[in-house]
Amino acid sequence: MNSLNKRLSAEKRFQAYGLFAVALSMFFVLILMWKIFSTGSGAFVRTTIEANVFFNPDFIQVNQNSLEKELYRASYVALADDVVRQNHPNLNEEQFIKVREMYTRKFDYQLRDYLLDNPDKIGQSIIMKITASSDLDQIVKGNYPRDVPEAQRKINDYQLSVLDKLTSEGKVSSVFNFWFFTKGDSRDPETAGIWGAVMGSLYALIICFSFAFPIGLLASVYLEEFVKPGKVTDIIEVNINNLAAVPSIVFGLLGLGMLIGVIGLPYQVPLVGGLVLGFMTLPTIIIASRASLRSVPPSIREGALAVGATKMQTVFHHVIPLSLPGTLTGTIIGMAQALGETAPLLMIGMVAFVMEIPGGPLDPATGLPSQIYLWSESAERGFLEKTSAGIMLLLLFLIIMNTAAVLIRRRLEVKW
Amino acid sequence: MIYFALLILVIISYLFYYIGKKRALNLKFNGNIKLSSQPDYFGYYVVLMALIPALLMWFGLLLFKGNFQEMFVMSPILFPDISTWSDGKLGLILNKLNNLSVIVNLPLDDLTNGEKSILNMASENELTAAKNLANFDKIYGWSNLTLFIILPIILGFLATRSISGKLNAQPIVEKIITYIIKGSSYIAILITIGIFLSLVFEAINFFRYVNPVDFFFSTGWNPNRAFVVDASEGFDKDDLENAFGFIPLLTGTLLIATVAMIVAIPLGLMSAIYLAEYASKRVRDIAKPIIEILAGIPTVVYGFFAALSLAPFIKDVGESVGLPVSAESALAAGLAMGVMIIPFVSSLSDDVIKAVPQSLRDGSYALGATRSETIKKVILPAALAGIMGSFLLAVSRAIGETMIVVMAASLRANLTFNPLEPATTITTQIVTSLIGDVEFDNPKTLVAFALGLTLFLMTLLLNILAITIVKKYREKYE
Repeated sequence: MNSLNKRLSAEKRFQAYGLFAVALSMFFVLILMWKIFSTGSGAFVRTTIEANVFFNPDFIQVNQNSLEKELYRASYVALADDVVRQNHPNLNEEQFIKVREMYTRKFDYQLRDYLLDNPDKIGQSIIMKITASSDLDQIVKGNYPRDVPEAQRKINDYQLSVLDKLTSEGKVSSVFNFWFFTKGDSRDPETAGIWGAVMGSLYALIICFSFAFPIGLLASVYLEEFVKPGKVTDIIEVNINNLAAVPSIVFGLLGLGMLIGVIGLPYQVPLVGGLVLGFMTLPTIIIASRASLRSVPPSIREGALAVGATKMQTVFHHVIPLSLPGTLTGTIIGMAQALGETAPLLMIGMVAFVMEIPGGPLDPATGLPSQIYLWSESAERGFLEKTSAGIMLLLLFLIIMNTAAVLIRRRLEVKW
Repeated sequence: MIYFALLILVIISYLFYYIGKKRALNLKFNGNIKLSSQPDYFGYYVVLMALIPALLMWFGLLLFKGNFQEMFVMSPILFPDISTWSDGKLGLILNKLNNLSVIVNLPLDDLTNGEKSILNMASENELTAAKNLANFDKIYGWSNLTLFIILPIILGFLATRSISGKLNAQPIVEKIITYIIKGSSYIAILITIGIFLSLVFEAINFFRYVNPVDFFFSTGWNPNRAFVVDASEGFDKDDLENAFGFIPLLTGTLLIATVAMIVAIPLGLMSAIYLAEYASKRVRDIAKPIIEILAGIPTVVYGFFAALSLAPFIKDVGESVGLPVSAESALAAGLAMGVMIIPFVSSLSDDVIKAVPQSLRDGSYALGATRSETIKKVILPAALAGIMGSFLLAVSRAIGETMIVVMAASLRANLTFNPLEPATTITTQIVTSLIGDVEFDNPKTLVAFALGLTLFLMTLLLNILAITIVKKYREKYE
C-alpha cells in the first residue's frame, strides 16, 4: 500500500512538473510582451512647448517672393534662436544656452517645414507647438527622476524651474508622435522615426518574394511532378533540407562574399538584403509547396491527362492552381521569418545610419529589425523607448502576416 | 531607369503575346491553314523568343559591369601608378570617382557648398576620370535600354514572321518551360555551392595571413592587433600568432549553448509531454499557440530583452547573494536563448511523442502502470531517437543564433566555463569583425569567413548526425 501511495504521489509530482513547464513558458511570453509594451508606449507621444513664432525675414534672409528652393536652402538656426529669446525674455548668455537645450536641436527644420507649407506667413506671428528635447521629454514622461542630485540629471535645476513655469502657464503638452511613423532615423531621439526602416524592409521583402516565390514554386513543381525519384532529386532534397538548417548569419556571409564581393552589387541596399532573405526563404517555400502539391489527388491529374492535356497543361492548368493556397501560406510564413531576420542584414551593411527614406531597392537603407538593433545600441533613454516601439511595430507586422497565412489556409485550401 | 525598363519589358511581352496569338488566329481563320498548336502557344512562343536572349545578355552586362567600368575609367594614362595600387586604394578611388561623377556635370548653381569643395579638392585627372565615369554610366544605361527594347522588338518581330502552319509551337514552348523549372530546382544546389565557395575562398585568403594551427588551437583572441597594423605594410607573423585563437570562441559558444539547453530541454520536453499526454483539449488549444508565439518572436527582440532586463536582473540577484556577476554574463544570453528554443524543442518532441502508437500506452496501462510510469518507461524510450534528434537540432540552432549573443554577450574573448563571467561566441565575433570597415585584404575582416566556415560545418555535422540518429534508431510501428 505504501508503495502505491509513493507511485501515485510520483505521478502527481510528474504532472505538476509538466504543468509548471507549460505555465513557465507562457509566463515568459507574458513578461516579454509586458516589458516591451511598458517601455515602448511612451514613444507614441512627444512633449511639445507652445511658443510664439515670429517669422522675421531678417533672420532667414528671404521674403514673400522667394522661391521654394530659396526657402528650402535658407538657414533657420538664427530664427530658432530668436524664437527662444522672444519667448523667454531677459536671459543672459548662459541661461539662453540652457533654455535652447530644452527645445529639440532640429527646431530649425520644424520651422522650415512649416514655412515651406505656408510661405505666406513670412513676416507674421503664429503660435506653434515646438518639440521639446528628448531629455525634457523623458522628465515630463516621468522616466527620468526629478528628485536626484542635480549632477546626475541631464536637466539642471534652472531648466526644471523654467519647465515648471511653462507647465503652470499651460504651454507644455503632449501630442501624438506622427514623426515616429513618417520620418527616417535621426541622431536625436525626439526626431527619429521608423518609416525609413519600414520602407527598407518592404523593398527587401518585395525582392525576397519576387526571387523566392517563383523559383520555389517551379522547383517544387519540377521535383514533385516532372522527375522520377533518383539520385539527382535525392541530392536536391538533401540540399534543401540542409539549407533550411543553415544559420542565417551564414547566408549573410554569402551575400557579402558573393553578391557584394564577387558580383559587385552595392553595399547596404535592400536589393542585396532581399536576395539574401530570398535564399533563406527558398527552402521554406519549396518544402511547403511540395507538401501542398502532394495533397492534390492523382485523380485530378489523371482526369486532365485523359481528356488529352499534355503533362505541362495538366500541371499548370490544374495542379498548381489547386495547390496555390498551401504554397502561399508557406510563402507568407517564410516571409514573416525573413522580416524578423537581423543577422544577414548586419552582414551586408543594412545597419548604417540612414536619414533619408529609401526610394527604391537600390538606395541605402536599414531594415526594421536592424533599426531596432541600431537603436538598442544607443545609450539615451529616448532611444530605449523607440527600440521598444519599433519592436511593437515589427510584432504587429508579424501578427498581420501570420493571420493572413491562417486566413488563406482556412478560406482557400481545398480539402480532399 | 531600371523600373522604367522593367515596365517596358512587361508591356512588350504582353504586346508580343497578343501579336503572336493574333497572327496565329489570322492564319487559322483567314488563311485557312491548319495549325499544329493552340493559338495561345504561338503567343507564348513569340514572348519567349523575344525575351530570353535579351534577359541573358542583360544579366551578362550586369555581371561584368564592374570590369567594364574599370577598363573604361581606371586607365594608366590618367593614373600612371595604378599598377602599384592595393585593392583597398583602388576601391577608395573608385568610390571617390563615383561620388564625383554624380556632381561633375551639374551646373554650379545646383551644388551645395560641400559638393563644391569636393569638386575643388579633386585633381585634374580625377575630374577627367569622373567625367569618363559619368559618360560610361550614360552609355551603360543606354545600352541597357537598347537591350531591353530594341533587341526584344527585333527578335519578337522575327519570331512572329516565322509563325506558319509548319511551326509547332507547343513542344518548343514546353521544352523551354521544362528547362526553366529544371533550372529553378538547381538553384537550391547553386546556393549551397555559393555558400561553400564564398566561405572557402575567403577562408583560404585568411589562412594566408594566419596559420590554421594557430587559428584552431591558440587561446588568445585579439583581432584588433591586426587592425592596428597597416595592411599595406604587410603583417608580421608574430603579430598575428596569438590574435586569432578560435578556442575561447568555441568554449564561449558551447557555454552559452549549454545554458540554453539546460533551460530549453526540460521546459520544452515537459511542456510537450504535458500537452500531449495530460492536458485537456481546451488547455492544449490555448497553451500551444501561446508557446508557439515564442518561436515567432524575432531574435533581435530576445536580444533586447536579455540586454535590457535579464542581464541587470541577474547581476542584481547575484550581487545580493554576494556573487560577482558580470553585466554581460553568459548566463543572461544563455537564458534568453533557452526561452527562444523552448517551442523548437517542444514542437519537435510533440511530433515524436504523438507518433508513438496508442497500443503501447494501452499495454502499459493494462499492466497497471500509472501515466507517468508509462511516459517514463514506455513512451520516452520508444520516442528516444526522435527526441535526441530534436535536441541536436536545437543545439545546432543555439550555436548558429546571432542576435541574442551580439546584443547580450560580451565582445571580449574569455576562456571560461563559469556562466557568471562574460563570454563571447563565434557568431558575435563574425558580426564584430564585419561592422565598420570591410576590407577584403585584412585578416580582421577575413576571419569572419573562416569563422563562418567553421560554424557552417559544425551545424551541418549536427544536422547530419540528427538525421542519422533518427533514421537509424527510430522504432518502426506498423
